[in-house]
Amino acid sequence: MAIKDYEPNMVLATKKFDVVGTRPVRHDGTDKVTGRAQYGADFTATGLIYGAILRSPHAHARIKSIDTSKAKSAAGILAVVTAKDFPKLTASRDEYVQLGELNTRLGYLRDNILADDKVLYKGQPVAAVAAANAHVAHEALSLIKVEYEVLPSVLTAPEAMKGNAAILHDHLKTEELGEQTDKVSNVAQHFQHVLGDLEKGLADAEVVIEREFNTATVHQGYIEPHNATAFWNKDGKVTIWCSTQGPFEVRDASAASLGLDIASIKLVPMEIGGGFGGKFEPFGAPVAAMLSKITGKPVKIVMTRAEDLQGTGPTPGSNMKVKMGVTKNGKFTAAQAHLAFEAGAFPGSPVGAAAMTVFAVYDIPNVVVDGYDVVVNKPKSGAYRAPGATQAAFAVETVVDEIAEKLGIDPIELRLMNAAKEGTRRADGPVNPRIGCVEVMEAMRDHPHYKAPLEGKNKGRGVAVGFWINGAGESALTLRVNSDGSVTLSEGSADIGGTRTSVAMQAAEVLGVPAESISPQVVDTDSVGYTSGTGGSSVTFKAGWAAYEAANDVKAQLIERASKIWEVDAGTLEYGKGEIKSKSDPELKLTFKELAGQLNSTGGPVVGSSNLMPPAIGGAYAGCIVDVEVDPDTGKTTIERFTMVQDAGKAIHPSYVEGQLQGGSVQGIGWALNEEYYMSDEGGMMNSSLLDYRIPVSLDVPMIDTVIVEVASPTHPFGVRGVGEVNLVPPPAAIANGIYRALGVRMEVLPMKPASVMEAVWKK
Amino acid sequence: MATVHIPSLMQKMTDGKQTVEVEGSTVRRIIDNLDEAYPGMKERLVADNKVKPNISVAVDGVVTSMGMLEKVREESEVFFLPAIGGGAG
Repeated sequence: MAIKDYEPNMVLATKKFDVVGTRPVRHDGTDKVTGRAQYGADFTATGLIYGAILRSPHAHARIKSIDTSKAKSAAGILAVVTAKDFPKLTASRDEYVQLGELNTRLGYLRDNILADDKVLYKGQPVAAVAAANAHVAHEALSLIKVEYEVLPSVLTAPEAMKGNAAILHDHLKTEELGEQTDKVSNVAQHFQHVLGDLEKGLADAEVVIEREFNTATVHQGYIEPHNATAFWNKDGKVTIWCSTQGPFEVRDASAASLGLDIASIKLVPMEIGGGFGGKFEPFGAPVAAMLSKITGKPVKIVMTRAEDLQGTGPTPGSNMKVKMGVTKNGKFTAAQAHLAFEAGAFPGSPVGAAAMTVFAVYDIPNVVVDGYDVVVNKPKSGAYRAPGATQAAFAVETVVDEIAEKLGIDPIELRLMNAAKEGTRRADGPVNPRIGCVEVMEAMRDHPHYKAPLEGKNKGRGVAVGFWINGAGESALTLRVNSDGSVTLSEGSADIGGTRTSVAMQAAEVLGVPAESISPQVVDTDSVGYTSGTGGSSVTFKAGWAAYEAANDVKAQLIERASKIWEVDAGTLEYGKGEIKSKSDPELKLTFKELAGQLNSTGGPVVGSSNLMPPAIGGAYAGCIVDVEVDPDTGKTTIERFTMVQDAGKAIHPSYVEGQLQGGSVQGIGWALNEEYYMSDEGGMMNSSLLDYRIPVSLDVPMIDTVIVEVASPTHPFGVRGVGEVNLVPPPAAIANGIYRALGVRMEVLPMKPASVMEAVWKK
Repeated sequence: MATVHIPSLMQKMTDGKQTVEVEGSTVRRIIDNLDEAYPGMKERLVADNKVKPNISVAVDGVVTSMGMLEKVREESEVFFLPAIGGGAG
């Protein structure tokens, strides 16, 4: 496509459909914009009372005793619980619990719900109370006396990996793909990916660049804090209403931690005010359930902002060393990465994903990647939009930019010369199927932003490209045809980014009806089959595929009904564009709506259903172009222009895809320039409010331009790849490269706050 | 026979071989036959008759959630990888 053809928010569509690819009004739009949508904190019930959680003031300490007697006897306090009040686990503490894109052992999950004998981060829950109102509950926390033996803490991976570091878990030994080493350590896991011969690749290189990078812990920054209401009925059944990305994961994890059968718990997903990976863990739900069991009343717990920042699952800080070798004509010959990620208090950082993605943008014959999952005295890390990939891309894409500069090659051309393609083997093993890496880079190169002059002092233009694996998982869905031709769709995927509509549109496309005639409902866990969580950019992919299958099921049933009405063989009929008709007799035809009105007289309701677990194939690529201006006296970076290019496979609803690209870009800008857990030496988060934890506001960002590239996924019926995450991968690296071109300093830390930029300038 | 890529940290069990050819129409059979040729492999990869939760299996480039039941073709490539989100230890 020629440059002049580009317009703002361009879709480079490769295939047209009737409904897919259009922009209908979202089904839940009215409730959202009128404020009628019910979020977790809005939930109320007869007899509702409130819970509050006492949290550890120490980053690392042994709990010597907990005295709850004063709290229990205080006026207005209805219940107090500690870990000792929880039922004995019926499963092993070592059993794994799936939490969206990450997983954990049951013992760690329980200790993160309420600590038992040790606290491992400041903010870890220790006890909880219930009272008639939230203020009384919070006040009563001060009546609980906890005696701690404070222990030395470790806050970064390099510190925790030292031989003399304080040990968090007395039993933790490093595991190397199933083999446990003998030494107690803070390194929970070490693994290695090897491709080709690294030494040979480095020997073949004419230029070798090596740098070390450190990134800070950052939070997902969702606006709605974690919340949960639970009611433990007299019959032993528990209902949980909460904001979560994974209704089934939270149900199962709650059941496991409470020692209940899964069927004893019904989880009702409320609307969700953002998650970005951070709402898979059942932080408050099991505690609320225990308080409800004691009081016989529904108990609501809503975290304060400080609790949410200190006591949930941020994405980890990291220490990364990257070395890359290249010939003088720009061909990458070798790459090596050492990735040490902070897991937080319990094992399970996204270092595995970081290692899969770190060099996945490129075709490099000789690679070694070492990954280390390291426990430190911070909250247990959670998923955050392409977990692990943003940190890894920051390191690699900075080194790639330096190679381009050293060789005097345009940075996008250098990337194109080495781009991963179909058939390229990744360092972690798999061979790429059809992917859109080259197409993304070409769209960046051809975009008018990349060619536009950049005038003025202290300005720089940076680019970077990122990869994310994308996930899939289980999905169950039903379509019920109503007598007026409308269709009710029930699904189990929490809707964070407009997926009610993107899933409904895929059913509408198959049925040949307008998107508006489908009514999509996210239902509770008793009302639909197991559906894995809204993570891994998976919902439009997997639930959309389920909608496609369920709609085909409906079509087949409608053809059967028409064959009954016309007394002809079903094989003589066909379905197309919302019409059932004879292949040979033009008189025999009925619209979808007309036939829907005859269902009760032809055999009863028509319900299409699908339960599937499609494979995720190919992943997705995104790249961005960013113009920055950096104040050389203060180090403050201003984003002047920003363009995000991403391969969506197929954009089902382009407006929502553009929203994802813009949202990921803004989060990337925040991660790049401002956001960090600012820790005291004792391990406390010093900036646990949104006044001090600086996520971007509208004044910090320009309008984000987007380009949607469509290289169809080789398996999905409409070519969907999933769009929610990869857009967060390249921004910090692109901004770092822009800062270099503005001021001539290579940034090796995130965030690149003014102080860090000035430090780099002074070191120059 | 399928080609099994041996993770570098397990290659001491295969005398340094990076890939080995193994018979088997499912991941279960592949692991059983791998263990027969290189004793100890199964213990590293399997617990309670399932692929260990902190290990992923990829067949022909696709990480499978079918685990031991995943079908393997004659010309397939099989990989054992660390799971995306660790939780080991």
